[in-house]
Amino acid sequence: MTNSIRVVLPYHLRTLAGVGAEIEIAVEGRVTQRAVLDALEARYPMLRGTIREHGTLQRRAFLRFFASEEDLSHESPDAELPEAVASGKEPFVVLGAIAGG
Amino acid sequence: MSGVRVLVGTRKGAFVLTSDGKREKWDVSGPHFAGWEIYHLKGSAVNPDRIYASQTSGWFGQIIQRSDDGGKTWHQPGLPVGAEVAPDPSKSWSNKFAYDTSAETGKPLTTHQFYDGTQHPWEFKRVWHMEPSLRDAETVYAGIEDAALFRSTDGGQNWKELAGLRGHGTGPQWQPGAGGMCLHTVILDPSNPQRMFIAISAAGAFRTDDGGATWKPINKGLYSQYIPDPRAEVGHCVHHVAMNPARPGVLFMQKHWDVMRSDDAGDSWREVSGNLPTDFGFVIDVHAHEPETIYVVPIKSDSEHYVHEGKLRVYRSRTGGNEWEALTKGLPQKDCYVNVLRDAMAVDSLDQCGVYFGTTGGQVYASADAGDTWNAIVRDLPGVLSVEVQTL
Repeated sequence: MTNSIRVVLPYHLRTLAGVGAEIEIAVEGRVTQRAVLDALEARYPMLRGTIREHGTLQRRAFLRFFASEEDLSHESPDAELPEAVASGKEPFVVLGAIAGG
Repeated sequence: MSGVRVLVGTRKGAFVLTSDGKREKWDVSGPHFAGWEIYHLKGSAVNPDRIYASQTSGWFGQIIQRSDDGGKTWHQPGLPVGAEVAPDPSKSWSNKFAYDTSAETGKPLTTHQFYDGTQHPWEFKRVWHMEPSLRDAETVYAGIEDAALFRSTDGGQNWKELAGLRGHGTGPQWQPGAGGMCLHTVILDPSNPQRMFIAISAAGAFRTDDGGATWKPINKGLYSQYIPDPRAEVGHCVHHVAMNPARPGVLFMQKHWDVMRSDDAGDSWREVSGNLPTDFGFVIDVHAHEPETIYVVPIKSDSEHYVHEGKLRVYRSRTGGNEWEALTKGLPQKDCYVNVLRDAMAVDSLDQCGVYFGTTGGQVYASADAGDTWNAIVRDLPGVLSVEVQTL
């Protein structure tokens, strides 16, 4: 089954990928953090290493994942995302820390 | 028609400044990569339209950018401009810098000293310096933090560590400078393709004579009072090293205190600070046509990183050090408290050598007469991290 997942990226990653405020990513099978990010990076390879570290695929420290106003950053990458995300009702949000000069 | 292209990396993007040979009127392009720290940009000597840039961010990591049209447009190597998907993403990892720990070509991932004296694992942070090959536009070296040297032979699409440096054996004695443990200087010997010089803050300077397979520390003669053994083989905080291509055996160094000179390709060094008002600083560079003419920008001290006495002064020696004169015409001489970072000075090779430098206050100054007079090309950029110049 293919799900069309809405993804919101931080400003600088939108610029890097050349996309707008919200994009749609096709995800096959279970809709998890890992599946969404794998599909995102496959579609936009210039984003590899910018959300997840190269190699370990750990979330980069200054980024968080949100959906339906819940912080999912510490959830397992293989846990299913909320149904609202899988159905396309809500976006999967990649949020950068608001800090720094 | 001759001209120059000045490549400026700043805390919030890159700028490309171009002028004709008179160097009086300038076009300013940018910011490219707006909002990102651009640690360094440098053009290929083989193909001046080929420019490499290090784009980096604490949030999003390292991006390598490349231009094939002299800085007008940019793309990540392996991801052609306008392409929605890389031709073969599995073959292009332009932003991935993985330490080589393979049995065939790598070295074990050891530790180095951290700020508190404990041992700390090697961790990639960013690319500090890009050095295109003198012979091949597709080959480029990258000096990174935590200190290591990488090389790409496919125009930046893929990177492989020259692990012999990190695996030298003295790694546990290397330590970070205030800005991190960075490999900030890469000098290629134009007369010998097997010879390269690098410098690390704070490990010191090293030289290879076999294309990067093995390295030797070249710090004999350096004196660093703040490390346990002031004359140690490694552990010195070298800020920058410069060389005139016509004299590849002569090197000049700006250290954490002291301006140094070597006449034997780094095998030994002697101090040439002479009459400088203070010999702390970051930049050092050599006149394009006068190998004994060198430039520094003294900074008050290691605790106060701004120019001495509120005056922005470039110092020039025409004797290879020791005798220095202050160059001030066109530079602010009161209420000026900027710094000039280690990679933020460059020279062009026009008949009357041009000298350029950028400040933490966002100014980029140019002299079209080897430093006798200066003018600001731009005054209000974000803090400048690096300056390079191409003579076209």
